[in-house]
Amino acid sequence: MLNISNLKVNYGGIEAVKGISFTVPEKSIVTLIGANGAGKSTTLRAIAGLVPIKGGTIEFLGKQISGLPSEKIVGTGITLVPEGRRVFPDLTVLENIKIGAYLRKDDLTDDINWVYDLFPRLKERSWQLAGTLSGGEQQMLAVGRALMSRPKLIMMDEPSLGLAPLIVQGIFDIIKEINRQGVTILLIEQNANLALRAADYGYVLETGNITLDGTGAELLENEDVKAAYLGKKKK
Amino acid sequence: MKKGTKRICSLVLLVLIALLLFWLEANKSGQGMLISILQKSAILAIVAVSMNLLNGFTGLFSLGQAGFMSIGAYITAILTIPVVNLDGVYYMNGVAPWVRALKEGMEAGPSWLQSVYPFLALIVGGLVAAGFAALIGIPVLRLKSDYLAIATLGFSEIIRAIFSSPQMDTITNGSYGLNKVPTFPKFFGLPSLFTPFIIAGVTIALMVLLINSSYGRAFKAIREDEVAAEAMGISLFRHKELSFVVSSFFTAISGGLLAMFMRSIEAKTFSIALTYDILLIVVIGGIGSVSGSVLSAFLVTASKEWWLRFFDQPLTIGGWQVPLFRTGFRMVIFSILLMAVVLFYRRGIMGNSEFSWDGVARLPGRIKGWFSRKRPAHEAAGGDGI
Repeated sequence: MLNISNLKVNYGGIEAVKGISFTVPEKSIVTLIGANGAGKSTTLRAIAGLVPIKGGTIEFLGKQISGLPSEKIVGTGITLVPEGRRVFPDLTVLENIKIGAYLRKDDLTDDINWVYDLFPRLKERSWQLAGTLSGGEQQMLAVGRALMSRPKLIMMDEPSLGLAPLIVQGIFDIIKEINRQGVTILLIEQNANLALRAADYGYVLETGNITLDGTGAELLENEDVKAAYLGKKKK
Repeated sequence: MKKGTKRICSLVLLVLIALLLFWLEANKSGQGMLISILQKSAILAIVAVSMNLLNGFTGLFSLGQAGFMSIGAYITAILTIPVVNLDGVYYMNGVAPWVRALKEGMEAGPSWLQSVYPFLALIVGGLVAAGFAALIGIPVLRLKSDYLAIATLGFSEIIRAIFSSPQMDTITNGSYGLNKVPTFPKFFGLPSLFTPFIIAGVTIALMVLLINSSYGRAFKAIREDEVAAEAMGISLFRHKELSFVVSSFFTAISGGLLAMFMRSIEAKTFSIALTYDILLIVVIGGIGSVSGSVLSAFLVTASKEWWLRFFDQPLTIGGWQVPLFRTGFRMVIFSILLMAVVLFYRRGIMGNSEFSWDGVARLPGRIKGWFSRKRPAHEAAGGDGI
């Protein structure tokens, strides 16, 4: 579905992504794991068209999308749930959800109900200002908002950031549920354990290069991954 | 409050406004002061709301209002000054032949067309300003906050310098300015006194429609978080440009009305001080509140020009001459009031909420709350708006 080949991105004057290639098959969950500064967020931002790319190609559903402005990329069916949630704090929950469907001109009622079914908490708080929600609720809102564009591929940038473990588990359950309903997911995480358990396939990113890849289960068993990301000693 | 009750309240308010206007029309000679204050307030309300559209709703801190107003004012003035008065107005340098030809052509038109010329002039002024906004928006809207403010401020000063330059003498009459601008036209047979209020009502209603549309939602999203808005597929540039162009259009319309109101304009009228006056109205009313801007346009204008006037006259109580009461003292009091308002209402009179009858119904309770020690629950919970 999404094919990245030899992607290079400069960010803040340094080469943050140094020619990586990976694919995201349809209806799968693929995760990129790696430490801070490995280039994970930059990769997602480049795919979403928020930062210009330096080289390589991004192909989505057989079409080149590299170099398109972000609103065109959203139009092709890719949405980004940005890092740190970034809900619109002074707008109500419902307004936030509606903005997610900004590019659509059709009736939104069904989709709003769909999002409310996934996140009943948001329905209860639909008239509340998004800035007054708790961190977990804001993350739900960010995901719900992204779903409103009816994406084929949803990219999530560290959905577990700054959330309590119990809430993180809830968010991951919902990610799997969304995937079961047919949405492809590209997930970035520092919480490698959780991400690899949820993912069909994973890539390990280190200082701008992919150093390892494999199915979620394989990577969980990999000694290097265990040592670097799961906090377990090498045997 | 029930929906029906609210509708009746709104209707009563409209009827009261209309009655007030008819009463003013009947007592025109006695109430000149009140009429001119209300008209000026209505005109400033248009700019204040359009500045709020840009600053409060889209989050673009622009200070170019005076420049766009001067475009509207000059175009309206040039197009509406009658041909017979041309020589008197341009007595120093004469008028450019093409301007005279254009105006003679206009006056040759059928009379029904001539009666809409003033409105057309306002719209032409608005369109020209919108065109300028679209052009300078391309480079300038890449900037943010203070930098955008400085760039737009610069534009406004450049426009003013151009209008008063000797090269423009035969068109804008350079530094002498234009006078003998006809007053407000009649609007569909209604007295001309009504016109600024009707135009203010229509333009503000249009801006409210825009704010409540999906474009308005996109503006607010850009104000809140540009990156997130972009990730949602909102084109930052297109929406910023739209907001800037629409705001400039209405700003220029109010500039045109100001020319009709003052009857004579000069480039000095549109100095940066005018922009600050409007900014003051927007901040006092509440950034992000249309009704706040309208309310504060009337309050600020009235207190500046009317309610505080008596501070300017010497006052004697029981043979004792009160010190400080002299010309200019009213501005001191005005500034102190401003500081007090900003201290006690940090987000302006209305915050970013809008006028609602529910809010009015709560008002007596709130006022009581100010005097008793216990604050009512809804006030303690926050929210500055009525």
